[in-house]
Amino acid sequence: MRTKTFRGGVHPSGMKELSQGKPIQFYEPKGDLVFPLSQHIGKPAVPVVKKNDPVLTGQIIAKADGFISANIISSCSGKVKAIEPRMTTAGVVAQCIVIQNDGKFDTVPGFGVPNDDWASMTNDEIIQKIMDAGVIGLGGAGFPTHVKMRPRNPEEIDYIIANGAECEPYITCDERLMIEHSDWIVAGIKVVQKLFPHAKGIIAIEDNKPEAIKAMQAAISGESNMEIMPLHTKFPQGGERNLVHAVTNRKMESRDLPANLGCIVDNVATLTAIYHAVCCNEPLVSKGFTVTGDAVAEPANFMVRIGTDISELLEAAGGLKTQPKKVIIGGPMMGMAITSLNRPIAKSYNALVCMTEDPVEKAFEQMTNCIRCGRCVRVCPVGLVPQQMAVAGQRKDYAKYEKIHGLDCIACGSCTFICPAKRPLTQLFQLTKKEIMAQKAAAAAKK
Amino acid sequence: MSMIIASVIVLAVVGLLVGMMLVFAGEAFKVETDPREVAVRECLPGNNCGACGQAGCDAMAAAIVRGEAPVNGCPVGGAACGEKISAIMGVAGGETGPRNVAFVKCAGTCDVMKTKCNYVGIESCEAAAVLPGKGIKYCTHGCLGYGSCVKACPFDAIHIVDGVAKVDRSKCMACGKCVAACPQKLIELLPDTSIFAVQCSNKEKGALVKTECDAGCLGCGLCVRQCEQGAITLANNIAHIDQSKCVGCGKCAAKCPAKIIRVR
Repeated sequence: MRTKTFRGGVHPSGMKELSQGKPIQFYEPKGDLVFPLSQHIGKPAVPVVKKNDPVLTGQIIAKADGFISANIISSCSGKVKAIEPRMTTAGVVAQCIVIQNDGKFDTVPGFGVPNDDWASMTNDEIIQKIMDAGVIGLGGAGFPTHVKMRPRNPEEIDYIIANGAECEPYITCDERLMIEHSDWIVAGIKVVQKLFPHAKGIIAIEDNKPEAIKAMQAAISGESNMEIMPLHTKFPQGGERNLVHAVTNRKMESRDLPANLGCIVDNVATLTAIYHAVCCNEPLVSKGFTVTGDAVAEPANFMVRIGTDISELLEAAGGLKTQPKKVIIGGPMMGMAITSLNRPIAKSYNALVCMTEDPVEKAFEQMTNCIRCGRCVRVCPVGLVPQQMAVAGQRKDYAKYEKIHGLDCIACGSCTFICPAKRPLTQLFQLTKKEIMAQKAAAAAKK
Repeated sequence: MSMIIASVIVLAVVGLLVGMMLVFAGEAFKVETDPREVAVRECLPGNNCGACGQAGCDAMAAAIVRGEAPVNGCPVGGAACGEKISAIMGVAGGETGPRNVAFVKCAGTCDVMKTKCNYVGIESCEAAAVLPGKGIKYCTHGCLGYGSCVKACPFDAIHIVDGVAKVDRSKCMACGKCVAACPQKLIELLPDTSIFAVQCSNKEKGALVKTECDAGCLGCGLCVRQCEQGAITLANNIAHIDQSKCVGCGKCAAKCPAKIIRVR
């Protein structure tokens, strides 16, 4: 049987062999930890500690501000060194809590104590626990998970999709998580199934990870309401819309959330965090992180404490063996290039890729005019017409851009990847989207 | 032969009929134009730059004649143009201030500004401004150097020189297009008579500015204390000279440790 997939997409070389076989190492940071107040989608959290306050591992240091926001949890013990604006990894200056790490990692009382009777908790209690633990979508977007767990139609949810696609090249931390800690993921799905009793758990994994598929298969043996679904290896298979389409054959319209189609989609790392939060009383203090690329001496997978300095983790991976030309946080398709290694790892980051060559630079040298071949149209996973969007974007014809649904672009980079004329399409769309959003915000402010 | 004659006659008759129809239509659907509008339009510079807020010079002329725009509303034509138009319209021209010239509040040229990365991508300031970290320079407030103002200028009066936009004062017509085009909001229209101006926009604290650029305003306030006219104010860690009060004594420029108050 042909494995399921979505329409469009591209096949970048996986490059996963660099770190695929490396077991997850637990890394304990030595230096100070930095926690930006905005690591999620929504309003930044509000600090609840002051300068010089002592803190413990697992303590809430900033509280969610409003419904769509998330708590920030200290991942080490020590004292608050400063609450000040700092340059974050995303390249903006934002308010950050800096914690002086005493290296002891003393925990708050009850941290990590198994909560065996979680099954008797009410749904509200479970969701409250997830919220308190500061769990957000760890696949990259960083949407607060407790919001996702409160859809308008809880009765209609019939699928819980564990997203183990990991379609970005280079990244392997989710794959290692599925191989080594498949029980955590299964337990996480069970917690979500408690919230949505009619839902079937589907673990979606790209078929380039046979080991992970095998491990998960073993972990769900005996579970009646769970299933492994191998998916065709194609980028961006792990995109929420593409995944829902591949798994359920339900097509999401531009305004739809997965919940409208009866699906809850969570990354396998998020499900692990849910399991830890609900069943182990362990808030989100660490996450999987891959350090890889041809410039890294020993590419590795880590379980790293949130807030750790990137340069410190890079040293733990043996440092750089050659001078990299490009350093990307996240995968090469959707991640962003960073200009300094002295930046903290936030909740939603999952890889550091150090490359000795910059493919973008090479491509830019070869750029020509659009030859109207239509390959961008063929690969767009959203079903847009990037060629027309590029024309509208270049002319700053924002009305046209919106009319052809340019705002639905998920910036996966497939069109730029496939373009034989090497046009910087995704950058143009991101720019146009930001300008349209700024115009809309200005118009709203005027009213 | 008769075929040729017939076609010539048919064509001639059709041509005559169509011509008469056009003459009739021209008389019947004539649009009355104010002769003043034509005269005013001739006084305007004709760049269609849109700096007056109208769609172009034709629209501006119509607006002036309708009384919806001031007779001295063209910033490019300035006082001379305003006088001519007020003569046509028969109204007092009103005061047109001194001629303005655009001024770029950044001196972060390649020799004083450190860079943190390479950038390959869309060559425009808007694109660089939305990147994480805003372009290749350490300073995130200064000129990005990709020339969005150069593309916007209808008078070829602004160019990127050594990584920073520089205004050719003789060509600048103060239309304000570059002011609108700059995503960093660096360009200001100053009176042509003004002498000193602060050539920096970095709003960070002095210690940080020093690490980013050798030509950055440190926000130390020395200039504020020097100025006897009270023309200099310090806000957001950056000095600003009120050109209406400045007498051009140059004491501030002499004291500025970053040498960032400059003769324009």
